Amino acid sequence: MNIEWLGRQFDTIVFLLGWHVLLTVIPLILGLLIALPLGWWAHRSRRIYPLLVGVAGLLYTVPSLALFVLLPLVLGTKILDPLNIVAALTIYTVALLVRVVADALESVPEDTVQAAKAMGYRSWQSLLKVELPVGVPVISAGLRVAAVSNVSLVSVAALLGIPQLGSLFTQGFQLRFFTPIIAGILLCVILAMILDGLIILLNRWLTPWTPKVVAS
Amino acid sequence: MIKFENVTKAYPDGTVAVDGLNLEAPTGKLTILVGPSGCGKTTSLRMINRLIEPTSGTIYLDDQPTSGMDAALLRRRIGYVIQHAGLFPHRTIVDNVATMPILLGESRQKARTKALELIERVGLPASFAKRYPWQLSGGQQQRVGVARALASDPAFMLMDEPFSAVDPVVRGQLQDEFLRLQSEIGKTIIMVTHDIDEALKLGDQVAVMRVGGKLAQMASPSELLTSPADEFVADFVGRDRGYRSLGFTKTAGAVAIGEEAVVQLGASAEEARAKATGAWVLVVDGSRKPLGWAQPEQIAGGELKREHLNLSGIAAAASGTMRQLLDAALSSPSRRGVVVNEHGELIGTVTATDVVKAIEAEPHLETAR
Ligand SMILES: Nc1ncnc2c1ncn2[C@@H]1O[C@H](COP(=O)(O)OP(=O)(O)OP(=O)(O)O)[C@@H](O)[C@H]1O
Ligand SMILES: [Mg+2]
Repeated sequence: MNIEWLGRQFDTIVFLLGWHVLLTVIPLILGLLIALPLGWWAHRSRRIYPLLVGVAGLLYTVPSLALFVLLPLVLGTKILDPLNIVAALTIYTVALLVRVVADALESVPEDTVQAAKAMGYRSWQSLLKVELPVGVPVISAGLRVAAVSNVSLVSVAALLGIPQLGSLFTQGFQLRFFTPIIAGILLCVILAMILDGLIILLNRWLTPWTPKVVAS
Repeated sequence: MIKFENVTKAYPDGTVAVDGLNLEAPTGKLTILVGPSGCGKTTSLRMINRLIEPTSGTIYLDDQPTSGMDAALLRRRIGYVIQHAGLFPHRTIVDNVATMPILLGESRQKARTKALELIERVGLPASFAKRYPWQLSGGQQQRVGVARALASDPAFMLMDEPFSAVDPVVRGQLQDEFLRLQSEIGKTIIMVTHDIDEALKLGDQVAVMRVGGKLAQMASPSELLTSPADEFVADFVGRDRGYRSLGFTKTAGAVAIGEEAVVQLGASAEEARAKATGAWVLVVDGSRKPLGWAQPEQIAGGELKREHLNLSGIAAAASGTMRQLLDAALSSPSRRGVVVNEHGELIGTVTATDVVKAIEAEPHLETAR
């Protein structure tokens, strides 16, 4: 490790880290917002569920690099536009979360849903006030997977020259210099852990009602 | 009033769950739907608040057909106690109970205050208010389910096996509490159960349904016991229905109550022997409340102490039923049943023979099958 180099490049690294955070978090939020209605739709209809979940599964298998390259053609954006990365990662997040949201709604006990209906909740009220809140633990579990997966997928965008922590890898390889590579890996891992921790905290805050598991 | 007029429900797979049901649940009364598993009780109940839509026929709520109403608004007029409580896991007990009033536009503050009252009313400590459903036992959750249905003070209540998930002792307590509550609030209630004893104990009237969703008989509990409409009802009501029907016959002075000599704790063996009839003497406290029976032979020399008491006898109230009186006689070690007044003070004793004589003299019971 060349500490002196790190010190000199500090500003650049912070800049790359900032981009990395943005490119990870924005698609995560957008993806969740899109996956919520889609997941609800899949949950509502026995016929739509296999279709949506199937298509989502297929989307997830498209190699990320291919998507990064193809999207500009579809969206009409420039290849270096960070918007491509946001769009691609949003697609991956949606692909991952559609099933999660549908399963979360499915996890709500039938008695609970029936009780909401019997008390006169309209279906949107039941969804917002009962089913989604009760499904939060399942959704956050899916969100954790999506967050960590996004952190690593973003780095692939370095190959297109879009600034983020992955740029440290390409730089290191070109210079045959390990310090940026190690710094990049460490920062990615730390970022993934922090996002994961934040989602755990958010989940805890939203679900004070779940039985506390006493650590033995 | 809730009225079924020719209501039929056929599920898409062809199962006819309810077949031409005609039934009227009068205002302010507790009507029980009872019948074997799968006879269409839950289906009938859920058609009232349109969780299930009837295939044909009409259901009226106070003479208005429910089919034309907005389903959500209809449901907000009816308290529904779902089987196994069906509480919202993500809300505290007090917020579970406050659900309906808040939905109906009441302020959170006011709804919670009312919910707290109701929690205590169904016999739960106020300290439970801040708990979540998983922190309560099954029986406690069912009480919360009842409180939740009562919270908006609806004129109608539907209850699907509300006391099913608890042991017989707690179930008895819940039933008693509920009867007391209903005597105060007088709601129009339809309750589903498959337990005939519960039906006979709670119902103002009982509708017995048979498999296939047909009404077999609708009658008061004592009428069901004394004149079942057919073999099916007779079988369903059970073998010891003759004995159980005594539970609906008031003693009201029909049985001769004999005098009983008594002793108090601390009495000597001689005194006890002098007062005893046969092998047993009745022991009472200073205010003539019965404590138990004792055998003078067992008071070896000393005085009568608590440890000499036999506690197996059950006292009957003079205002009670023939069944309670007979039970008092049969459960007593001396075979003399202790009879008390409304303050629990001794009046005298009866023998099973006296009770049976009174039963034989009762014209109504002679028609019992
Ligand atoms: N969604 C459904 N589709 C098809 N058949 C159904 C459906 N729901 C209930 N049934 C059938 O309708 C009949 C009546 O069911 P219901 O639930 O009303 O019975 P129940 O009297 O409440 O029985 P239990 O005492 O066991 O709760 C049963 O034969 C049941 O199998
Ligand atoms: Mg049922």
